[in-house]
Amino acid sequence: MPSADADTTETEATEAVVDEAREALLEAVTEELGDAVVGHHLIPGRDVWVRVAPDAWSDTADYLRNRQRFRFFDWLSAIDWLPSPYGRSLDAEVDKAAEDPDGDDASSGVDIADVEKVAGGDTRFQVMARVYSLATGIGLHVKTDIGDELQVASWIDTYPGAHWHEREVHEMFGISFVGNPDMRNLYLPGDFEGYPLRKDFPLMARLVKPWPGIVDVEPMPEVEEADGGAGSSDAAAPSATNPEDAA
Amino acid sequence: MLSLTTSTVAAEFAYWQTSGFKLLMAFVAVLIPAGTTVYLYLFKMVSFMQSRLGPMEAGPYGSLQLLAELGKNAQKEDIVPARADVLVFKLAPYVVLLSTFLLVLVVPWGPDAVFADFDTGIFFALAVSSVSVIGILMAGWASASKYSLLGGLRAAGQLIAYELPLVLAVVGVVIQAGTLNMQGIVAAQIEGEIFGWGAIGNPFILTQIVGFLIFMVAVQAELTQVPFDMPIAESELVSGYMTEYSGFRFLMFFIGEFATANIFAFLAAVLFLGGWGVPPFVADALFADGNYSQWMNVIGPLVMATKMLALTFIIYWVRFTYPRFREDQLQTFAWKYLIPISLVNIAVTGFLKVVL
Amino acid sequence: MTAISERRQLAYIAAQAADARVNIELEAEGMTLNVGPQHPATHGTLRIVLQLDGEEVVGADPIMGYMHRGYEKLAEVRTYPQVTTLINRIDWLGSFANEVPFILAAEQLMEIEAPARAKWIRTILFELARIANVTLFLGDMGVQLGAVTPVFYAFRDREYILNQIEAATGGRFHPNFDRIGGLKDDLPAGWIASTKTALDEIRDFCDEMEELIVGNEIFEARTRGIGVIPADVGLSYGLSGANVRASGVDWDLRRDSPIGQGQGLAYDELDWKVWTHPDGDSFARYWVRLQEVREACNMVDQLLDGLPGGPIMAKVPRIIKVPEGEAYVATENPLGEMGYYVVSQGGLEPFRVKIRSASFSNMSITPWLLKGTYVPDVITILASLYFILGDIDR
Repeated sequence: MPSADADTTETEATEAVVDEAREALLEAVTEELGDAVVGHHLIPGRDVWVRVAPDAWSDTADYLRNRQRFRFFDWLSAIDWLPSPYGRSLDAEVDKAAEDPDGDDASSGVDIADVEKVAGGDTRFQVMARVYSLATGIGLHVKTDIGDELQVASWIDTYPGAHWHEREVHEMFGISFVGNPDMRNLYLPGDFEGYPLRKDFPLMARLVKPWPGIVDVEPMPEVEEADGGAGSSDAAAPSATNPEDAA
Repeated sequence: MLSLTTSTVAAEFAYWQTSGFKLLMAFVAVLIPAGTTVYLYLFKMVSFMQSRLGPMEAGPYGSLQLLAELGKNAQKEDIVPARADVLVFKLAPYVVLLSTFLLVLVVPWGPDAVFADFDTGIFFALAVSSVSVIGILMAGWASASKYSLLGGLRAAGQLIAYELPLVLAVVGVVIQAGTLNMQGIVAAQIEGEIFGWGAIGNPFILTQIVGFLIFMVAVQAELTQVPFDMPIAESELVSGYMTEYSGFRFLMFFIGEFATANIFAFLAAVLFLGGWGVPPFVADALFADGNYSQWMNVIGPLVMATKMLALTFIIYWVRFTYPRFREDQLQTFAWKYLIPISLVNIAVTGFLKVVL
Repeated sequence: MTAISERRQLAYIAAQAADARVNIELEAEGMTLNVGPQHPATHGTLRIVLQLDGEEVVGADPIMGYMHRGYEKLAEVRTYPQVTTLINRIDWLGSFANEVPFILAAEQLMEIEAPARAKWIRTILFELARIANVTLFLGDMGVQLGAVTPVFYAFRDREYILNQIEAATGGRFHPNFDRIGGLKDDLPAGWIASTKTALDEIRDFCDEMEELIVGNEIFEARTRGIGVIPADVGLSYGLSGANVRASGVDWDLRRDSPIGQGQGLAYDELDWKVWTHPDGDSFARYWVRLQEVREACNMVDQLLDGLPGGPIMAKVPRIIKVPEGEAYVATENPLGEMGYYVVSQGGLEPFRVKIRSASFSNMSITPWLLKGTYVPDVITILASLYFILGDIDR
């Protein structure tokens, strides 16, 4: 197709331009925040991550909004890097076939530090946010590691829109935001116990009842020749799971 | 012949019989037109406007849907909210319906087909139409619901604001007819002449077109129909003062609303469209034998019904076309536009009455 | 088992008590009006606690979660292809548009690119989802303002688009059609011609709405100057989509993000325009959405004309395992920016999915915006911000 050729050359061209802008941004942020920038990561033409020290969390927001013109507050959330002690709670054959033979479902033995993280990370909880600059069309992910005290400064003075996001993170991960006066639960009932999005919070429905959907793991439709090994394991899946259901 | 009442046939019946007959006819006069318009307009016309069919299952083309609704609502539990003022809550729909029945008293359907021929008929009608405000306020207050309260208060404010243009719009007609008597107003239109040409009489819609428009707008507001339906305001106040009502009491509000719409349409027909009268040239051709008055007692109600249907058509058309005003916009509209215009209309009418 | 259920019961009772406490806490001078969770204007189960002084709103506190389904948690135990079934239900009026950014994020991590034809069909379905979604808004806004009729026209004409979506994907509301590396199926025969007819119906519908609603004086009186959002405030609250474009912000991810420009969707090859309105009020938001539906019709028309041939599926492994990494992909969904931050640990399932839904951010401005308005304006503003409950609660 002629259009496809034009397409690729165009994206390559824009990639080069945007890349430069992101490099410059990264440089500016690093210069301004100095040692507070703990790590960063850049995928040319796509995205840029900056990891800052938790103490610099609110300063970063202030700098980004007021000096770098990141006017648009996109979202704020958190990641729990603890490998899930429950896995997917699935025993489908297709699942097992796809897993490495040595890596089992309950991968609780894996150290958090070994987990691959973009822009790095030291602790279990990482709060991250994304802001966007309409002037340059660049979105920036800001991350910070939360220590054991599980708290970080609030962004609501800089980005009022962060309020609900922080409330959500608070109820889902148990991370407090210093300076946010209203930390009521957003979604969950008032006295909900536990923090559902933490990896060690069990998904009850999965634990008490085997999920009927395991037989539905649908292989991707394929255009050309089928991959032999995966195909056979897929064919084996229903017959293998049926006796289990009956048992 | 059912429509014939007192003066022609009274001699043959006892007092209680005529009273009973009148009572029956009052129900007929309220419920039959209400049922007709609800089915024709609310169920069918509006459905067609909204590209759907409306009720189709109950009876041919859903014509028995009303009975089904009646049955459904009669079966429902009569719920009274926990902290409601029970007596007031239960009375409120009756008060609203009372206003409807009081209104129907003075509407003339023929030379003799009238329940009560007051000398100040139109004055009485406008006075009792406000009784429904009390019922609505009662419902709003007694429901112990914030939505109801807001709706009731909105209704009170709105009905008071629109009572005035309603009255003022009628004043022009009264000046022109020279009487407050409803029959007198009808007669004035039938016997009137337009610059000496009396073939169609002189329906006041021609001379009082401003009054007619203001009257219809005010009626729309009195009925709390869109665009003036803030007291009900389904998307804001759920159902306003009716929110907490269920079953038969809700049905009474419902009947009250639509029956009142008809009666206001009847009033408008009397005031502006010549009432039960047919244009004199038609009457002359039909009733050359001079039995005019007798025949009009039969034809009159049909003529009135026709005019009423034409006017309610407009009411429902507007109702399902426009968005609703905001409360302050409604007040502004009444006090800043309708009332001054109707005052000017009165002044001009009075001036012309004196001059011509 | 019993331990769990008892604990759940206790949690439920505690939650009820907490809810009651919220009510008491909010009790202040004047009147507290609970709009929702069952209320005609909240499109579902949103609850807004309004503190009123007369009919003036002194404070507004949206309370949601009545429909929280925990998709972020559920996604962690599902394979990538299975996740689309969940996220279909986020914005249930424009479901296909929900699938696209997630699939694109997975494709980005796997470094797969869908063939051109798949991109084009994705874009077509994306825009059809937008039409199906916003069409309903155009009619629903009338209902919120008291005009009952327009919404029936909206339902009637949306049906044409839903039929097309159904013909192509098999699902009217939840297509679940997007796959990593392409699409499930190609378009059925005769689909292009019938879609063009459907688009004509939608164009007529837009004209009808313009006459019926935009041209109505009462509508203007009710919406002009109501709920004005200055651009900067809107952006700092995270408002996106038509809500900020109505405040004069010329920003559209279809045009301004690499995803829209050929890296996932084919907007770069179309001739179209981003509509903005300088006023930032409810009227502007309605107007912008109306224009966007028209623009979407034009876009689909162009897409149908220039649809390239070729396969609809790239070469993907039979079992999808996404390499380690993190990716964020956002698209311009009917309600605004919708994005997925996908963290993969190289397994069958995503390690973490952060769903950035548009309505959630769009609604977060309401406490600020509703202060000082009147009860009827609350409804106008909520309607014009246009939220979908599933998109708030996820």
